Amino acid sequence: MHDDSNHETGPAAPELAAIDLRPLSRGGVIAKGALGVAALYGAIAVGPMVRRAFAQNGGGGDVEILNFALTLEYLEAAFYERALDQVELSDEVREFAETIRDDENAHVDALAKTIRDLGGTPAQAPTVAFPFSDEAAFLELAQTLEDTGVSAYDGAAPAIRSKELLATAGAIVQVEARHAARVRLARNAPPAPQAFDPALNQRQVLRAIQPFVQS
Amino acid sequence: MSTPDKPDDLGALRRAVADPMSRRRLFAVAGGTGAAATLLAACGGDDDSEMSGGGAATTDTTAAMGDGDALADFGEGDIGILNYALTLEYLEAAFYADVVASGLFKGADLKLIRHFGRDEADHVVALRSTVRDLGAKPAPKPRTEFPLDSAEEVLELAATVENLGAAAYLGQAPRIRNGDVLAAALSIHAVEGRHAAALNTLVGESFVPDGPFAKPADAATVLEAVQPYIA
Repeated sequence: MHDDSNHETGPAAPELAAIDLRPLSRGGVIAKGALGVAALYGAIAVGPMVRRAFAQNGGGGDVEILNFALTLEYLEAAFYERALDQVELSDEVREFAETIRDDENAHVDALAKTIRDLGGTPAQAPTVAFPFSDEAAFLELAQTLEDTGVSAYDGAAPAIRSKELLATAGAIVQVEARHAARVRLARNAPPAPQAFDPALNQRQVLRAIQPFVQS
Repeated sequence: MSTPDKPDDLGALRRAVADPMSRRRLFAVAGGTGAAATLLAACGGDDDSEMSGGGAATTDTTAAMGDGDALADFGEGDIGILNYALTLEYLEAAFYADVVASGLFKGADLKLIRHFGRDEADHVVALRSTVRDLGAKPAPKPRTEFPLDSAEEVLELAATVENLGAAAYLGQAPRIRNGDVLAAALSIHAVEGRHAAALNTLVGESFVPDGPFAKPADAATVLEAVQPYIA
């Protein structure tokens, strides 16, 4: 249902062998995946994202999933905040970028609060960097981030145990899909490129966003 | 003013989508499509204070949890939800087919509408196969009729239907038992959200009308809202 298996645990990631993650709980598999990705990108130090993934505070698996979502929302919020600050945007683009920024901030707040309510510890905001140049580059990256966000939520949601949390995740992912469509329209790209939005597992999502995360 | 004989099509839909209190009261008082029909027709205009029964305060996230009754005709559990979704997809696919055939659109708008129509047709195929794979009988294709008076009105109706469809999927997600069915529903749900956002933008409305958190709709409300289009 939800594939977190990490196939890249060969010689490229020797540090993984030293960590006994058996039995592989979902947390273990998520962490192993993230470490594998980090090793591939040359980042040996374990960043806050991965520390959170190890945390098994209250709520168990659901807290891990929410923390994963929170990390993505931090990324998106920071992305729009910086773009609004650094990139020259048309009035039309600026207007919807502000709306999206506000939505992502609301998602961050709601997820962090939910995690605390469940007795967990919210992930810290990762340090991020984006290759901003002009509006076209911003829109292209925005499209990638929003599409990835949708796929990340759709990949993770079936593993959520609580029906209430699933409802919240659903409410958020629909909005991310709306964001994606709005950005695509602004680029004259098809708003709904496929009839079925693909789901990505956490390893795939981490690989997609790793270039922008400095841990 | 809406009556059972001459439903105010867009009015019923707009109320269902736009007014969470209306949805909440409707669900709390109605408990089934029959009662819902009477209630909605009796209320007519926008004055919700005339609705009796008071608002039992169900939260939006769990508003659809009592949908077993509303979906009873479609089947039990996940089958009922899939057949309900299939019915909505049949409606949407038929709508877009009619719109394309109407000749009201050309150029980029026509391309978008064709594309959305193909998406809905693909959803129909997928949902039908899923129901059959689960050993049940797929819901039949309903006969439909849509008002196609002007391009602007059609786009507004499309936007309204897509927003309602997205809310419908969101309302059912927490009720789905099978993980694979849930994954499929979420995949389609996201696409309906994309459709809704694109159409809202085309008609000059917000791409996120509910703000940062989309609102779910329960089956009774949705079925009532689309009833006018089932011939």
